[in-house]
Amino acid sequence: MTILFLITAVVILASAMMVVTSRNLVHAALWLVASLFGVAMLYAQLNAGFLAVVQVVVYIGAIAILFIFAVMLTRREMRDTGPGLNKNWGVSALVSLLTFGGLTYLLSNWSGFSQTSADLPSGFDAVAELGSALISPDAFVLPFEVASVLLVAALVGAVYIAYNPRSGDNPRSGDNRE
Amino acid sequence: MAIPLSWYLILSAALFSIGLFGVLARRNAIAILLGVELMLNAVNINLVAFWRYLDPTQMTGQVFAIIVFAVAAAEVAVGLALVISVYRNRKTVVADELDMMKW
Repeated sequence: MTILFLITAVVILASAMMVVTSRNLVHAALWLVASLFGVAMLYAQLNAGFLAVVQVVVYIGAIAILFIFAVMLTRREMRDTGPGLNKNWGVSALVSLLTFGGLTYLLSNWSGFSQTSADLPSGFDAVAELGSALISPDAFVLPFEVASVLLVAALVGAVYIAYNPRSGDNPRSGDNRE
Repeated sequence: MAIPLSWYLILSAALFSIGLFGVLARRNAIAILLGVELMLNAVNINLVAFWRYLDPTQMTGQVFAIIVFAVAAAEVAVGLALVISVYRNRKTVVADELDMMKW
């Protein structure tokens, strides 16, 4: 169990480092897929099987592919590229390290920091519990529905923002056509 | 399961910091969104780990993680649409060069 966790952690962190440092954005997006897959493995180890499947389907299947599409649509700009990092990357690295140190310090002062997990109750079905919690009026049906409405509104907004009214019949706008 | 909660929390803090570095240091707007995705995943690891270690019979942690999934999908859709729209109008996706609102 421990060795499995360590392998997963190394996969996640190494892929995440490649995401933020690789200069080719297509490679960065593919490393993001590796990192997200590692997080899905972590969910499976935490007995959250449904979330592991949702992670693969939604994050890898939809979000990562959307990133690759966006990289392809803006590709001409990717090719020239100077450095992948801006000139403040040293300060950024310092801020990130301080954030990591601060979070670790704060958490290590918490009394429950090193507790281990209890066994799941016998016959406990996490997926069934999650399903009934999501649609039960006593639990989370309202946040669940609000999340759906938010998603629909955001997607309609995304289509509207990305829609190009000048593309198509106007011959002068040839360079606008993507 | 002998792994203490602290390992998950430290892994999640490390992933969050790497994502923060990506957001602060990358020049390309799409790469900045990739960093935001890493940070959201770090948050989700925390939520699921707390659900499993504190009280698995309360589904709050997993439900919150699912809501984070939905919000992340919405954020990526709008963010990438904005990047494509900006690219169409300005022919650049480098965040430093998008300064038309800077005084």
